[in-house]
Formats: sequence, C-alpha cells, structure tokens
Amino acid sequence: MYDFNYKRASSVDDASSSMASADDGKFVAGGMTLLPTLKQRLAMPSDLVDLADLDDLVGVKVDNNSVTVGAMTPHAVVNASEEVKKAIPALSKLAGLIGDPMVRNRGTIGGSISNNDPAADYPSAVVGLGATVHTNKREIAGDDFFTGMFETALEEDELVTKVVFPIPEKASYMKFPNPASRYAIVGTFVSTGSQGTRVAVTGAGPCVFRQPEMETALENQFTPESVENIKQDDSDLNTDIHASAEYRAHLVTVMAKRAVAEANG
Amino acid sequence: MTTTTVSMTVNGKQLSADVENRTLLVQYLRESHGLTGTHVGCDTSQCGACTVHVDGLPIKACTILARQVEGKEVTTIEGLADGEKLHPMQEAFRENHALQCGFCTPGMVMSAIGIVDRNSDSLDEKTVRHELEGNFCRCTGYHNIVKAILAAHEEMTA
Ligand SMILES: Cc1cc2nc3c(=O)[nH]c(=O)nc-3n(C[C@H](O)[C@H](O)[C@H](O)COP(=O)(O)OP(=O)(O)OC[C@H]3O[C@@H](n4cnc5c(N)ncnc54)[C@H](O)[C@@H]3O)c2cc1C
Ligand code: FES
Ligand code: FES
Repeated sequence: MYDFNYKRASSVDDASSSMASADDGKFVAGGMTLLPTLKQRLAMPSDLVDLADLDDLVGVKVDNNSVTVGAMTPHAVVNASEEVKKAIPALSKLAGLIGDPMVRNRGTIGGSISNNDPAADYPSAVVGLGATVHTNKREIAGDDFFTGMFETALEEDELVTKVVFPIPEKASYMKFPNPASRYAIVGTFVSTGSQGTRVAVTGAGPCVFRQPEMETALENQFTPESVENIKQDDSDLNTDIHASAEYRAHLVTVMAKRAVAEANG
Repeated sequence: MTTTTVSMTVNGKQLSADVENRTLLVQYLRESHGLTGTHVGCDTSQCGACTVHVDGLPIKACTILARQVEGKEVTTIEGLADGEKLHPMQEAFRENHALQCGFCTPGMVMSAIGIVDRNSDSLDEKTVRHELEGNFCRCTGYHNIVKAILAAHEEMTA
C-alpha cells in the first residue's frame, strides 16, 4: 500500500470540501473494499477522507411508507434491526448475506452502492425496490444511480448521505453466492408495491439491471410460474472462473422463481 | 516518511505509537506493541485470523488502518484471560480439542465470542457454522470448533 494523507471529516460539508481540495482523494467508509484495493495497489489516492465521525449518517429510520438507511450504517445493523425485519424483511435478509460477520460489522450501504461492484448485493435492493439515493447535493432515483461496472452517477466530491426505500407489499431477495467470497454469482431482488413490480438482477452482468419481461409477467400474476419459463438473454452477461454467461442466465430465472415464491410466503 | 501518534485502549491499557497513515491495525498491534497473538493468515480480508474486537465488535485487523481506530477500545486474544484463568471460550477450545496447529485459533476465539454475543438467547449448530463463514481453519475440519463454541455458549449464558 502506498502512503496517503489521512483526515477524519467533522461534517458532511467538511468531507465534501476536503475531497474537492485533494489532488486525488477518496472517501473511506467501512474500508472493506477500499483497503483491499489499496493493498493491491489498484488505487493510489493522495488523500483518504474518513467518514467515520459523521454520526448523522448512521442508523435506520422506519415510518409508514419507507425505510431510511444512513450511508454509514453497517450491514450488521440493517440485518439485526427489528424494525427493518418487520417493514422490509428482504432488506434485512440481504444485509445478512453480505460477506461474513466481520465484514458486516464494518461495511456500509453507502460504500457498497458507491463502489457498485457488479457482484454486490445492495444495488439489487436499491433498484429492486425503486429506492432514492440522497447525496449532499441532490436526490438520485435508484434507477439512474448505477451507470456501469464500478460506475455511478456520483460526482467526485459528492457523497451519499442516505438511501430511502419505499416499503413494498411484497419483496424477496435470493442469491446464489460465490462459495468463497459470498459475493453474488447471481442475485435477484423482486418486489411489488407502490413502485410497481420490479425484478432487479445483480452479479450476472457488468452492472445491476432490471428484467422487463419478468416484470410484465409478474404484473399479470405474481407467482413463480409466471417467470419459470422466461429465459434471460446471456449475450451481455459475465463469464469468469466461477460461472459462464449461460449458467448465470439460467440462475437468473431460478433465483427469480425462488424469490417470488418466498415473497408470497 | 511522515508519522502520526496514534493512541487507543488495548486490553484495558492506554497505548500509543508513531505510525504511518497506511499502517494497519494488525501491524500496530504486532509490530508497535509486540501483541503477536493476532495473526495474519491471508492479508486479503478473507481468513479471519486477524480478528480482534473494536468497541466490542469483531472486525478484521488487517483491513482497518490504525488511524481509523484512534481513541477506540480494542480487545485482542491477549486480553481475554483473567490472569491464569482462561476465558470460557478459550477453555472450551482446550477442552474440546478445537485446535491443531493453532494458527487460526486467536481469530476463531475472537470471532466465536461475537457469535455468542449475537445469539445469547439460543444458539444451534447451523447458526455457528453459518457465522463462522469469515474464519478459515486449514487443520481441524471445524467439527470440534463448532462443539467448543456451543459448549462455551452454555457456559457464558448460564
Ligand atoms: C471478504 C469480503 C467479502 C465480501 N462479500 C460481499 C458480498 O457478499 N456482497 C457484497 O455486496 N459485498 C461484499 N463485500 C464488500 C462489502 O460489502 C463492502 O462493505 C462494500 O462493498 C463497501 O463498503 P465500505 O463501507 O466498506 O466502503 P469502502 O471500502 O470504505 O469504500 C468503497 C468505495 O465507496 C466510496 N464511498 C464510501 N462511502 C461513500 C459515501 N457515503 N459516498 C460516496 N462514496 C463513498 C469510497 O470512496 C470507495 O471508493 C465483501 C468484502 C469483503 C472484504
Ligand atoms: S489476515 Fe485478516 S482476514 Fe486474513
Ligand atoms: S488449527 Fe491449524 S489452521 Fe486452524
């Protein structure tokens, strides 16, 4: 790891202005992605701006219509929250499937979605529930936030402050985890409610995507049978040592079917 | 080389050392303070051998900077025993033959205490196996580790 300047931001504004004045700065949240990246020298930022002291960005709030998760809330907190379990059990479940307990104690939702790893879990919930990402500058619809592999709509000095998830009528997340890392080989998030009927797929392609054919079928009838014969086109899917594009395409349908079954309870 | 003085409470003692910004917590513990009970198995955030508690929660000491831990409370494997008397989790590992080479053991024990803390009401084998997913053991096959954690759970919650 190359050395860098380190600063703990005292407020959201301080974080943003420190980033704007750094040569080539990076925010650090849980560090569960950033530190391994630095160790491999895949990134060599001049400055790290630590968000750890921004207590306003930590915590979960649930009202009648939505669940709000602060950007610095660790996965373990979302997983263990009784309020989240009641309002959106699928979100609590998803957070509990990320990595391992030590990763869940440090890793944050803000870090996960800002990093936008193609195999990360949270992007599927943001898109699959039609959530809104709040930053220090604006609100970004979940559908517009993830723009490509490791790419988001965020500007350099822009930081995620919270994510607001509308409470669906039904939702579920099913993932086929990589047995070593637990990242999603394929993860499918389904929901139906005020944001329409949504099917969001992570792990399969370069970036989370919606599956329109399945969404239409589920709008007609929200049953596992509605999706079981819908084949995902594999032409833009990932092939790596873990799974071929063809296998991933197959898993999209299997995970969708299981997710709908679980959502129906 | 620029260094900064980083202070934290480790096993109840206030410690300080001058380190670089890029110094990891595990290096701070092992190299600055000689606390070599915390092991480095992989250095890639996978194996859990470096697990310590920061403010009561298990985390991987190879994936956090010493500076990120400034002012916090750290517990390492060296901080568990009460003089000659082992912590119930250490005792259960000994009783149940839950280690062979012992390399993974400090991380296993720190992680296992987290499992008991999170599941103080009830704990079953399936949960233990699932929540051990961040700790690798190359020797034991996990069976006796799981047995030890279930035994320690009884002892710690009795
Ligand atoms: C062993 C292991 C297993 C894992 N398994 C999984 C898994 O199964 N599923 C999964 O989804 N993830 C997994 N992860 C990744 C984990 O969820 C990370 O927590 C997450 O990807 C990054 O969150 P972080 O808080 O650690 O961010 P950091 O590593 O601190 O930051 C990541 C990036 O986001 C930026 N950033 C951080 N916070 C903000 C913010 N508020 N606003 C703007 N930018 C920000 C940083 O600058 C950096 O570029 C795993 C990680 C490890 C080490
Ligand atoms: S040395 Fe930290 S996880 Fe392996
Ligand atoms: S006892 Fe040898 S690695 Fe676990």
